[in-house]
Amino acid sequence: MVRQVFAYIVHKEGAADDTALEMVAAAKRIDPDASITAIVFGTGDDLNAACNEIVSSYQEVWKIDNEALSCPDAEATRTLLVRILPGKAIVIIPHDTFGMDLAPGLSIKLDAAYLPDAVDIEGVDENRLKAVRQEYSGQISTHVVCDISGGAVITARPGSFKAEETKGTGGQIVDKTAEALKGEFPETGRRFIEVVEAEVGDVDITRSDILVSVGRGIEDEDNMEIVHDLARAMGGDVACSRPVVDAKWLEKSRQVGTSGKTVKPKVYMALGISGSFQHQGGIKGAPFMIAINKNPNAPIFQAADVGVVADILDFVPELTDKINGSR
Amino acid sequence: MEILVCIKRVPDTSENEIIVNRNGTNIELEDLVYSVNEWDNYAVEEAIQIRDRVGGSVTVVTVGDEEAEEVVRREMAMGADKGILLSDEVFNGSDGKGVAGIIKAEVEKGKYDLILTGALADDGAGQVGGMLAAMLDWPYASLVICLEEIDDKKIKIGREIEGGNLEMLEINLPCVLSIQTGINEPRYVGIRGIRKTASVEIPVHGAEELGLSSESVGESGSNLKRLDYFVPDPGEGAEILEGSADEIVEKLVELLKVRGGIK
Repeated sequence: MVRQVFAYIVHKEGAADDTALEMVAAAKRIDPDASITAIVFGTGDDLNAACNEIVSSYQEVWKIDNEALSCPDAEATRTLLVRILPGKAIVIIPHDTFGMDLAPGLSIKLDAAYLPDAVDIEGVDENRLKAVRQEYSGQISTHVVCDISGGAVITARPGSFKAEETKGTGGQIVDKTAEALKGEFPETGRRFIEVVEAEVGDVDITRSDILVSVGRGIEDEDNMEIVHDLARAMGGDVACSRPVVDAKWLEKSRQVGTSGKTVKPKVYMALGISGSFQHQGGIKGAPFMIAINKNPNAPIFQAADVGVVADILDFVPELTDKINGSR
Repeated sequence: MEILVCIKRVPDTSENEIIVNRNGTNIELEDLVYSVNEWDNYAVEEAIQIRDRVGGSVTVVTVGDEEAEEVVRREMAMGADKGILLSDEVFNGSDGKGVAGIIKAEVEKGKYDLILTGALADDGAGQVGGMLAAMLDWPYASLVICLEEIDDKKIKIGREIEGGNLEMLEINLPCVLSIQTGINEPRYVGIRGIRKTASVEIPVHGAEELGLSSESVGESGSNLKRLDYFVPDPGEGAEILEGSADEIVEKLVELLKVRGGIK
């Protein structure tokens, strides 16, 4: 029996997201011979462009076209998915901010298992799907088994499944609009108003070559001075991870990560940053990365080129003095 | 507004180094310091602020063993009016759906206009709020980073999406929201505040009071099971600089000079 797997496609302004092909890779980890169907919601030219872009990688592309889907609406999307998916379906969705909105409730409405934020899938034995997840902000991994006999909703972490370069034999686009809408767009208790773009701050860290980035390890606002001093000595700019913004010690515009800025410096100094995938997701362009953290198991050491296991409160002032003294 | 906030007692990652136990069956539990899940503090603070603006009450609820009572008391010391502990041996081993089902049963015993959860907890799943909303047929929004009341039928919220942009929405009450860190500044709770709630009676509800069958919860009601715990493969990983502090500083400065890290 060929296993059928459905993949939810994220797209923006007519271009499919990187995850669109990662979902193919994830589906093949479930079953290398799976028949993989893409499901694309949207409207008009943008929707058609996204469908055409991915059609060669999928057996089938289901498109659902409605004006109301021009802005993302997880609540309506969930209802529409329930209408078109067959019983006991296996659905893969990117674990991004839309997937987090859509997926948990979808698993309930489909009466299916939910496997959140998978970073790897090791295969299926009968109806037991074996996967890898992470806990404690990536400090610890777990193998999990998910009973998929009643179907499953799986969210796959963006960037964790490597998209294949070679395209498949190509499939066809099937318009599922009529079947999904059944004459009317679903009523939901939520109405989209607008997207408010994040503010650009006094310093645009997306343009910096040298970033001195600070995390929770700084412990107290009074200690921030040592970070500014080091950035000054290096000729770089100060950036940070989420907890520093939450504590209001730096502006939101200084935050690196999927919910902050995407930066591409030449040198990235991570001070007291544990290195969650959300933070690492905002660092592009393979900079020379130095991590300084007192926890030797911090995930940041897996991403960094050079690491120092030390308390930044002790180490950073010494480093700054040395740089200032060596000129 | 009657507000229910779902909270969880978790190992405090800022106080502990989380390590895997000897045979990989769990994390090392000895000497762990626990606290309330960080995201939940923001959810409770938000609930208290809403109550202080428009009236009503804040109830905190958790699913856990008797030790989970301490986080209920802590959040009551922050300012929540009531606390409920959902506890029963048959709840052990519940997955996200099991936990959502337990909370749903409690929700149906009361009358709430708004349910808040933290956006994430220690297991990184971020699932209970969305599942609970679907079970109740209430609207849901995740990753909420700003909130304002409109009237007693609806509220205006902002979801934090990619790039730190805000997706602004209007959502009908009753609804379920998952709260992102940074939405507010959770108030400090001192020892004196916690002492004041030390003798408050916290009602405990088990499977029977909630009308739940033991098959729907715990291991038997669970589709997702952990097989083992392990430390992620470090891959190539960083070259860790060794030596005295002076030597490390010296090496690092040399590396920075070579790689263009000092202008």
